[in-house]
Amino acid sequence: MQSSETAEYKADIEEELEPTALEDPVDEPDRIMPAIEFRDVHLSFDDKKILDGVSFVVRRGETKVILGRSGGGKSTAIRLILGLLKADSGQILIDGEDITDYTEEEMIPVRQKIGMVFQEGALFDSLSVYDNVAYRLHESGVDEDEVEREVRRMLSFVDLEDAIDKMPDELSGGMRRRVGIARALVGDPAIVLFDEPTAGLDPPTARTICELAIKLRDLQDVSSIFVTHEMNNVGYLSSEYATVNEDGQVLFEKEGEKLCLINTEVIMLRDGQIIFSGSDERLRHSPDEYVQRFINGKQEN
Amino acid sequence: MNPLTKFLLELQEISILIWRSVGGLVRGPRYFVETIRQMDLIGVGSLPIVLLTGFFTGGVLVLQTFPTLEYYSIQNETGRSVATSLIRELGPVLSALMVSGRIGSAISAELGSMVVSQQIDAMRALGTDPNRKLVAPRMLALIFMLPLLTVAADIFGIIGGGVVASLLYNQEASVFIQSVRSGITTEDIIGGIIKPLFFGLIIGSVGCHKGLSTTGGTAGVGRSVTNAVVISSIWVIIFDFFLSKALQVILDIGPM
Repeated sequence: MQSSETAEYKADIEEELEPTALEDPVDEPDRIMPAIEFRDVHLSFDDKKILDGVSFVVRRGETKVILGRSGGGKSTAIRLILGLLKADSGQILIDGEDITDYTEEEMIPVRQKIGMVFQEGALFDSLSVYDNVAYRLHESGVDEDEVEREVRRMLSFVDLEDAIDKMPDELSGGMRRRVGIARALVGDPAIVLFDEPTAGLDPPTARTICELAIKLRDLQDVSSIFVTHEMNNVGYLSSEYATVNEDGQVLFEKEGEKLCLINTEVIMLRDGQIIFSGSDERLRHSPDEYVQRFINGKQEN
Repeated sequence: MNPLTKFLLELQEISILIWRSVGGLVRGPRYFVETIRQMDLIGVGSLPIVLLTGFFTGGVLVLQTFPTLEYYSIQNETGRSVATSLIRELGPVLSALMVSGRIGSAISAELGSMVVSQQIDAMRALGTDPNRKLVAPRMLALIFMLPLLTVAADIFGIIGGGVVASLLYNQEASVFIQSVRSGITTEDIIGGIIKPLFFGLIIGSVGCHKGLSTTGGTAGVGRSVTNAVVISSIWVIIFDFFLSKALQVILDIGPM
């Protein structure tokens, strides 16, 4: 490298490594700023404690798998991130921005950065697949040619281009879920939230959904939260990664001798508290009885 | 929570709903096409039942009052009594009740189903305000269409009354029409249009509120629909009394 290039290269690295004040929201977040941060969040509904002092961080490009029994607070955490619910106390930060007390108006630009995949797809049943996926773009008044391009791109990402003119009630559960993913990904959000995306789906379809999440994580640097209570998904997400070969095909490879995945971690929630946080290897070897029973599917006594 | 607190809480939430959707109209984005579509569904869609209601109400009014008027030898005033009853009271109230049943239930069912299938959450997550996209067009459509429907009901009611008067009681059509014309005053007409404006607001806000606050799955949707229809109907009737008194005072309407 020429000396001027070296100097430029050095300057770039120094800029990347400069610590950023966490109080200042930034427009172009760098890799040090967590994508999502929960600080001691509490939430109760009618005297029932749903979240009891929950704190965690989702780094940029990381996938956080949230495990827990049904009704344990997992979906609530996601709804708090989107501002669909408000916490009783604590702080919630998105890219360093404190959104805890934001009004609906103030949440709108924040929500532009986030894509949400709902449990049952939550498609608008009076709109076709095309209109569902195009929803965000139609609302912003984007030019129709651009809209069509974007919709086709998204539908091919989830492998559903043929369904473009169908109505939601003509689709199977898995297809609806995939259309929901396509709709959430329009606008290339940097953060994607998956709320039990494989619930009720057959294993091959569930695997397809996980592959989509892996593609997003590895090929598009998306930070995400993946709420689930199925251990198979944990296996796929923590030990497989996506690469693209010379023909442009996406391949899924298992971690092993060549590399070990560190961009996917697991949190387990129980009665509104985090009882485990760490890699999937540590999860499998956890001495906690509850964790072991959850992983192995045994009923509690 | 005791009933009074519950009631005040509901009232607060409905007021907030109305405020937010009105705010949406001022600041935009305004969903003009959606509003027109709702006007078609609500206005044109409800026309048949409203016209039928008007026609038969006018008819039954003449049917019942003609003998009494004849007893006092004032049967020539039939047209006047039917017209004023319809324009001041029966047209607005019965049209509102019909529309409450038809549209109030449709709105609360549609919005309630969207809530339980997470479509409202999805809408918010995608950056759209449900108050602007869903509530405001429906409220506007109701407020605009209900007065028009009421006028149509009044007209058909007078026609219905005229038909009964001439076919059953052999009154000359010209006598009936003359009596109608002498009985209608501008104040009556104004009052008869102001009432539906308020009724439209009531039906729209109660329907939307009940729909959007649905909980508990499909059974919850059923509950919301029932509540929406019952509560908006009761409020229409209660409001009608106070509005009538207020209009009497403001417009200085004397005896028939």
